[in-house]
Amino acid sequence: MTEAQPILSISNLQTRFATRYGLVTAVDGVSLDVMPGECVGVVGESGSGKSVTFASVMGLIKPPGWIDGGSIKFEGQELVGMSERSYRSLRGKYIAMTMQDALTALNPALTCGFQIMEVLLAHDSQISGSARNRIREARARVIEMMMLVRIPSPETRLNDYPHQFSGGMRQRMMIAIALACRPKLLIADEPTTALDVTIQAQVLELITDIRQTLGMSVILITHDLGVVAEYCDRVAVMYAGQVIESGPTKSVIGQPSHPYTQGLLRSIPNLANLDKRIRPIEGQVPELIDLTPGCRFIGRCDVREEACTQRVEMRNIGQGRTVRCIQPKGNVQ
Amino acid sequence: MNKAMKCTAGTAEQYVLLQVNNLVKHYDSRSGLWGKITGNPGSLVQAVDGVSLTINRGETLGLIGESGCGKSTLGRAILRLHEPTSGSVTFDGTDVTKLDADSLKKMRRRMQIIFQDPYASLNPRKTIEDIIGTALRLQGVAKSSDIRGCVTQLLENVGLKPDHMTRFPHQFSGGQRQRIGIARALALNPEFIVCDEPVSALDVSIQAQVIQLLDDLKRELGLTYLFISHDISVIGYISDHIAVMYLGDIVETGPTKQILTDPQHPYTQALLSAVPRVDGSGTGDRVKLTGDLPSPINPPKGCKFHTRCPYAKDECQLKKPEHHELKNGLTVACHLVTGN
Repeated sequence: MTEAQPILSISNLQTRFATRYGLVTAVDGVSLDVMPGECVGVVGESGSGKSVTFASVMGLIKPPGWIDGGSIKFEGQELVGMSERSYRSLRGKYIAMTMQDALTALNPALTCGFQIMEVLLAHDSQISGSARNRIREARARVIEMMMLVRIPSPETRLNDYPHQFSGGMRQRMMIAIALACRPKLLIADEPTTALDVTIQAQVLELITDIRQTLGMSVILITHDLGVVAEYCDRVAVMYAGQVIESGPTKSVIGQPSHPYTQGLLRSIPNLANLDKRIRPIEGQVPELIDLTPGCRFIGRCDVREEACTQRVEMRNIGQGRTVRCIQPKGNVQ
Repeated sequence: MNKAMKCTAGTAEQYVLLQVNNLVKHYDSRSGLWGKITGNPGSLVQAVDGVSLTINRGETLGLIGESGCGKSTLGRAILRLHEPTSGSVTFDGTDVTKLDADSLKKMRRRMQIIFQDPYASLNPRKTIEDIIGTALRLQGVAKSSDIRGCVTQLLENVGLKPDHMTRFPHQFSGGQRQRIGIARALALNPEFIVCDEPVSALDVSIQAQVIQLLDDLKRELGLTYLFISHDISVIGYISDHIAVMYLGDIVETGPTKQILTDPQHPYTQALLSAVPRVDGSGTGDRVKLTGDLPSPINPPKGCKFHTRCPYAKDECQLKKPEHHELKNGLTVACHLVTGN
């Protein structure tokens, strides 16, 4: 790894929820570093713990859930156990997160312009003076942000409510809110899941542009390996609450080591080679209640063996790659 | 009601099973009582605006387009789940749009639908046996004593266990629910199934299982599909032909290979190049579209795509392009693509 300090360093994070069916370990020993300016993709199916991991980073885990162990460091500062007050000065200003569903994440009763302005008024120390002055200044910045995310005629759209925008525009509004204070780290939770491909390309290219101009780091949470392949420097694949494989995008997708990553890649129809039959991974993601200590993928794995019933640790396999499998294969057929 | 018997018809010769001619579905709220009370003039939503399609027996036509382009409305209008405004749907020689209620009910045995959202399309208060067996009972094709046997068979066909029959939908995962939806569609031993985004609500690994199942069933039972999706890789995998829809119109149709390798319509090109590829093959010269899909309430004049088309000319704003057939088997509606 490089000498630069990671901007975000998650190590051995455990997040649990007490439910009436039992204890759910939604995040089980996740470790992940994000370097300044880097785009890291986090892929996994629903229930793999992607969103909970980053809700933990943002300090959004509330009872019945709690962080049971591990550490989350942002620029060296420990976030686990930090007071709500300190969190408030961090969230939105240094780390921002866009939520999955833009329609439900925006407040329907407030104008979009106001929702961007709110962040600026709360965090931006440059906006000062009398109340009227601050609002005027913030308004100018809001228009600037809306132009950045390419909302046409921002001066008038500023006063529109979320329902007056299309899905793609709402998602871009969320990004505008997240980027208003020029954060150092943007966590984008499924920013394009609800969008059509042409709009998806617009939004992802916008995030990439802004990342390059502002020099921020981006964590892109998605279930689409294609998106990761095109937009991320590194990728972490999650399965049932654990990171099971991580490394540089090209090498992980080109030569996946973990049977799950291999299976995932075989499940996607390949447009360049349509005659190649897809091979689904049989079975389902395990319930996260009362898990056995062994490999989480054991029930669906073709190459399982006796030793897989013991706890499997993350192993370093060189070239910045790690994998949680006792017999990682180097190649996918 | 035994399955697998009917598949002998799927021989080589091409046989048109479904012919859609100039089908129109407009939703008109202009003359409603609510409009009179509020003084709101209402609007005319031109969801499907003169679509013509042909599907051969035993083939899959993939219908692709962005949300709001009218794909689902078209699928439902074909089955008359939504009454078409005008146009005709000819299924195996019979004009479905002219059938009375009784004949339509009989026809429905032959045409079924699988819905998009497996969480919303199963009645949460009914057991799986009821859900799948209702169609059999309503159509009177099985005696009530036989229904259980039929349901058992159907569940096995879609990869579920017979003892799942007494459970309720909430006890199943998304992929299993979609299998139940498929079993329900298969119950009447149909020839034609509209698959309305059957996998878009599912995770990648589960999605692959369901695609595989649909593909296997098609082969075993000699089914014909209209497969609606917004995911090009899924459409490309399962379809023999593809139709690309934009704002209520079909802009391009043709064999899957031609559409994917050599699309002619600028919209198809943009749609294909916008798909992020796992192998990185899709990057480079991306045809970028700006803006959003215009509203079907007030669609652009001329070619509906001209507002977003990178190559639009004056002509495109004035005249609606006709469909013309090209040499490589594609049919394209674009002023810039000529037949020679």
